[in-house]
Amino acid sequence: MLYFSKLRVFSVLVFTLLISYFTISNFTKIDDEYFSKNIKLGLDLQGGSYLLLEIDNEPVIKQRLQSKVLEFKKFFKDKEIKVRNYVIENKSIIFDVDIDKIDNVKLLLDDDKSDINPYFQQYKSHQFNFESKDSSFKLEFSDYGLILLKNSSLDQAIEIVRRRVDEVGTNEPNILKRGNDRILVELPGLDDPGRIKSLLGKTANLTFQFISNNSEESFGTEKLLFEDESNEAVVSKRIVLSGDNLMDAKPTMNNQTNETVVSFSLDRVGAKKFGKATSSGVGKRLAIILDGKIISAPEVREPIVGGNGQISGNFTFQSATDLALLLRSGALPAPLNIIEERTVGPDLGKDSINAGIISLIIGFILVVAFMFYKYRFFGLIANLALISNLFLLVGILTLFEATLTLPGIAGIILTVGMAVDANVLIFERIKEELKNENNSIIAFDSGYTKSRTTILDANITTLIAAIILFFMGSGPIKGFSITLGVGILTTLFSVYFIARLITAYYVIKNKHKEKLI
Amino acid sequence: MKTIYFNRFYKSFNILSGILIVVSLIFLIFKGLNFGVDFKGGTLIELRTDKTSANITKIRDSFNQMDLGDVSVKNFGNDTDFVVKFEKQNSNDPKFIDQIKTKLSNSIGFVDFRRVENVGPKVSAELLRSGIIAIALSLAAMLLYIWIRFEWQFSLGAILALFHDVVITLGIFSVFSLEINLSIVAAVLTIVGYSMNDTVVIFDRVRENLRKYADVKIFELTNISINETLSRTIITSVTTLLALLSIFIFGGEILKGFSLAMILGVIFGTYSSIYIANPILVSLKVSQRTIIKEEKD
Repeated sequence: MLYFSKLRVFSVLVFTLLISYFTISNFTKIDDEYFSKNIKLGLDLQGGSYLLLEIDNEPVIKQRLQSKVLEFKKFFKDKEIKVRNYVIENKSIIFDVDIDKIDNVKLLLDDDKSDINPYFQQYKSHQFNFESKDSSFKLEFSDYGLILLKNSSLDQAIEIVRRRVDEVGTNEPNILKRGNDRILVELPGLDDPGRIKSLLGKTANLTFQFISNNSEESFGTEKLLFEDESNEAVVSKRIVLSGDNLMDAKPTMNNQTNETVVSFSLDRVGAKKFGKATSSGVGKRLAIILDGKIISAPEVREPIVGGNGQISGNFTFQSATDLALLLRSGALPAPLNIIEERTVGPDLGKDSINAGIISLIIGFILVVAFMFYKYRFFGLIANLALISNLFLLVGILTLFEATLTLPGIAGIILTVGMAVDANVLIFERIKEELKNENNSIIAFDSGYTKSRTTILDANITTLIAAIILFFMGSGPIKGFSITLGVGILTTLFSVYFIARLITAYYVIKNKHKEKLI
Repeated sequence: MKTIYFNRFYKSFNILSGILIVVSLIFLIFKGLNFGVDFKGGTLIELRTDKTSANITKIRDSFNQMDLGDVSVKNFGNDTDFVVKFEKQNSNDPKFIDQIKTKLSNSIGFVDFRRVENVGPKVSAELLRSGIIAIALSLAAMLLYIWIRFEWQFSLGAILALFHDVVITLGIFSVFSLEINLSIVAAVLTIVGYSMNDTVVIFDRVRENLRKYADVKIFELTNISINETLSRTIITSVTTLLALLSIFIFGGEILKGFSLAMILGVIFGTYSSIYIANPILVSLKVSQRTIIKEEKD
């Protein structure tokens, strides 16, 4: 175990220096894509906001069921099967058929190639499961159908969330999918997430609907509250125009009234629709509705044909900016709920870094001093291994641009404490071997050999704990498991290559000396 | 080095450990653990005031007026920092935190919210579940590993030692109502790794000695093995404890609980490797035949 080839010495040296370089690059400012990397600081160290959003898919499911009912109606009409009493209840569609058609309908619902099973060809699974009792059928989304639905609404939502966050212009936001109905938003440097939260909390469904005077409208009417909840109005259910047709929106000043308004422009289809509706509706009041609340309901004085319009409604400049932002980014497919929020101010982050570094330095000095006290010259070797271990650990974390968290720093300090274990095991073993062996080279060699399995065992157990933490833990804890796990690997490297190399060199030089260790 | 007769105290320390485990379990069952917002859900606010304005009673009073349910206010590290916890969480209302801040500034003057954590009931239940799964999984993984590496008598000893360390550490957290949060789960897992590490080192030596000495009784043999590895056990515990103490004292308030759990774990882990793991080998009458039979298979 004491022999090292020149090539090996050389590669150990090069590898150590190369990785250590990345440790140092954290403290220098070089503009180079490959050679200047920095360790990423977690939100708990640099300050920032962490938001976990969950999509409320109920409305999407309901909507999808409603459109499915329309499909069924058409489908059965074409097949000349009479189907009655469509009801949507508890996330399922219920309908009745004539008794003599029951088997026919079952067959159609099971048919892989039928138009109402659009998924089968692609995914080999039905979109709906059905059960029938007498002449009544009950259809529910299959697991697969539900997953597809959730995934598509998640994909849409994440896109909208990204647009909204980008528009606010925070520093390097991180937006990620979590499972099939959650979105993780990390906003470094943001210490007051209030505005982002209010932007993400709005679905931003914009519609224009006329205020109705007679309740016998063909489309039906609904009663809606105004934004300030002071008043309500009856509006027609007919949607003149929705936010989908909006091309742009921005806050502006209305010169005549000196009010802040949101002006918008429509795409061609939208402009046409809007022109038509406003020409026939001169004199009526057009309600502008956002997420089921009326922002304002101005009277249409003249047809608006150019595709440009304004929304007024007691805005401050900030609220007009936010509304314009919401309209530009588009509507979310479903409401988002914030189910977890963690915000750390930049001050606390800085304090945590300082505390972490101070405890690392003190812990390091204590361990190094203790090792020197215990083993003298070999303590120095162990300490040199410990220093290179630290450089390797931080270097590898930097190289892979891992995220360093406060528990991660704790992991590094803990590594300092536990890393000497391997060298201690070796040194103690060598001491034992020297009791019965006069040739110090043989004693050292067997000391290394005999302690090897124990060291591996001991490190693998900690590595197992670190791996499990990595997969089960979240956020900061993951940072801890990474430093702990990488720390074990660098420890083994520093002990078996660096410390052993120096030990070997020293022992071969001083093989005749008494009491080597 | 002088031999220390650890084995003379196997019985008395086993009785002590038994008592500690029973007491810990009683506390864990009847008093339970003091779960933080990570696992219970709710809101945590770490705030800093300026020196003149606030004391703990004033802060508690102004929070009590806000209708937030049960509010707990504690000093956090120094006179001007406080941690406030309450069960109400309303992360969907974007103004929830702002309103609290405004009301607080009105009644006590300058406040800076250094940290806000808001965890919904669904998330906290999931975090708790995944924390328990993580600990159970790591125990299972250790069991599997040591089962592959050693004979079943050794696995049993090591797992009981682990169980002992985890239960007593959690028991101490229960007795003193110390907060259990995500980082404590990380600490417990690391304790599991450390305690295993310590036990494995002694067991490796026991097995080696079993091969070497055919006629030494396991009762003596464990004592020889403990003594042979003792200086390593002490040195490693000391260096690990030095590092942990440094975190505990200088690492800031957030890492206090974490490092305390680890310190307790290292102490109990070192103790259990000697006084739980080894007596089990003795009572299972491990002998040279135990390992030689296995190796022949």
